Amino acid sequence: MCERAVFLGVDLGSVSTNLVLLDPYTDEVVVKLYLRTNGAPIQALVKGMKQLADRGPWEVLGVGTTGSGRQLAAAILGADVVKNEITAHAVAAIKHNPATSTVIEIGGQDSKIILIRNGVVHDFAMNTICAAGTGAFLDQQAARLGIAIEEFGNLALQSQHAVRIAGRCTVFAESDMIHKQQLGHGVADILAGLCQAMVRNYLSNVAKGKRIAPVVLFQGGVAANTGIRKALESALGMEVEVPDHYDVMGAVGAAVLAKERWTGASRTRFAGFAIGDSSFASTSWECSDCPNHCEIVQIARDGTPLACWGSRCGKHQLAGVENGSA
Amino acid sequence: MKITFPHMGSLYIAVEALLQELGHDVVVPPPTTKRTLELGVRYGPEVACLPFKVMIGNLLEARALGADTVLMIGGTGPCRLGYYAEVQRQILEELGTGLEVLVLEQPLENPARLRGDLRELFRGRRVSRLPWALYIAWEKLKACEALEELALVVRPREKALGLTSQVLAQALREVREAGGVRAVHQALKLGKVALRDTGAPGKDRVHRIGVVGEIYTVLEPFVNLRLEERLGQLGAEVVRTISVVEWVRNHVLKGSVGLYKTTKLERSAVGYLRGWIGGHGLESVARANDLAADGVDGVVHILPFTCMPEVVAQAILEGVARDREVPILSLVVDEHTAEAGFQTRLEAFMDLIRRSERWAVHV
Repeated sequence: MCERAVFLGVDLGSVSTNLVLLDPYTDEVVVKLYLRTNGAPIQALVKGMKQLADRGPWEVLGVGTTGSGRQLAAAILGADVVKNEITAHAVAAIKHNPATSTVIEIGGQDSKIILIRNGVVHDFAMNTICAAGTGAFLDQQAARLGIAIEEFGNLALQSQHAVRIAGRCTVFAESDMIHKQQLGHGVADILAGLCQAMVRNYLSNVAKGKRIAPVVLFQGGVAANTGIRKALESALGMEVEVPDHYDVMGAVGAAVLAKERWTGASRTRFAGFAIGDSSFASTSWECSDCPNHCEIVQIARDGTPLACWGSRCGKHQLAGVENGSA
Repeated sequence: MKITFPHMGSLYIAVEALLQELGHDVVVPPPTTKRTLELGVRYGPEVACLPFKVMIGNLLEARALGADTVLMIGGTGPCRLGYYAEVQRQILEELGTGLEVLVLEQPLENPARLRGDLRELFRGRRVSRLPWALYIAWEKLKACEALEELALVVRPREKALGLTSQVLAQALREVREAGGVRAVHQALKLGKVALRDTGAPGKDRVHRIGVVGEIYTVLEPFVNLRLEERLGQLGAEVVRTISVVEWVRNHVLKGSVGLYKTTKLERSAVGYLRGWIGGHGLESVARANDLAADGVDGVVHILPFTCMPEVVAQAILEGVARDREVPILSLVVDEHTAEAGFQTRLEAFMDLIRRSERWAVHV
């Protein structure tokens, strides 16, 4: 069987670990995996790589990583490009629709808005201080109502009259929801109210002061929620597009960036699918050689140190991939 | 009497020299670390701004080294710095630390108390040495700032990652140890040579990023998560708009006799903000406009969470960014700020700025 050439993009996030294989000629997504990180990023990554290997064989031309665990993923995989998630999401959005001018990305624990002009990022913002405008908020409230998060959106769409929920803070939202239930409001109406509360939070915290213009792309895990999409559309008064691969757009962006970096002459640093059979361990300690007390993290593969970071002075540093500019 | 004072960047070098020349036994607080912040968060009010908490931590750590007196500055206006000293005094008293707090503020506010605190500060000291002490402290202050500003230019061009910060730390140490004005000048000269040496030749064009915001957050690397260093290592030359030398000139020298005017700032902020709103709010708006006129590639605005003057400035800066077509990134810091998210924003901001050049997305 012939090996198929692909670019690998990985988005190692706090809630989900996403892997994507991208066709180098058509930029089509060949395989996508959406796994729960469950607080164990290395295991999630290794598991994902095994699943990819099972569907191979692949010839990986280049690897890009993104997400809050991009350094970790880069160290383990041997990445060619390490990129922050804002840029990665923007790149994927522009690839999906070159006319995109606003990207609304709502993930598990963070949410962002990216404004694009003439095909390049013009402005962006991320949530600060509060997570009331993110997927975690919906997860919690759905769990309280005993509803699977997958059914949330469609139930909300059945609402005839959305109830107003005080959504500034998840805790207060919960007390308000209980109160509204006790008043006799139906679950669908409460869910629709929650969607509106979350959209209000997003627009007033993350997107405050930003000019949202069409084409608007809605991506990130929460884009699966049709209730939120509808609430966004009615709040913005414009159509909101959800791309096919909305849930793995960060990984798509990382793969696109790996492809941009690829020249044909350069060799990838990819460590190979054999990493699925290795054991990885991370250790961390506080260096007490100076008053900075840096937190040092070391990643080892089968007992051999692979990468080490965290010190300000450069001590202990073991180069993985250089961060930042690509 | 063993005297101490809170940290703000490298300011301790000048303040230490001033007090030592006057014959004081000086205790410089240990460098600000996580432990300092933990102490401040534990004993400071939850709603206080981050600088306040860090300063409380500094003072408690200095007390553990034997300090018994604190020298603080005061102020007036909407910025909460005005009541820092008073609240610190109460907290330190309630904790039973025995630390006495002396406050220096503009004489127009409360002359009687200032006289009392000054008498305490100078009692049994070599008052005749004051002009000399001020002179050497002033020279040290200027030297530190000159070195730091040169480091901002050199860092994006450094031969090895982190080299500039190492050389700068060494140069500042030399300035601190310099025993006289001539030695200060010598240390400055050598430091400059060493800093220039860390740059790799042939890297002339780098992106320039201006930094505006609340003075303490701009100057204290622990609090701003080493903003200047991060930007430099991401390849940007940082333009500082906040200077203690300027601050002393404006607020201490001119301000204390009522001569400081904000006319120039107001002119820069025209169309956005008409007057002083406390702290560095007006400065942030004015400097962002100046930076845009100067053609920087971007502006980073940094502020402590809940800082009133800067929150006002933040809202106004959205308009400045739009009108002047200069990207502005506002970063809010408090004791919960996570390093990962901070770095992510800075990296994305640098990507945004490189858009027209190396990083253009080919569609």
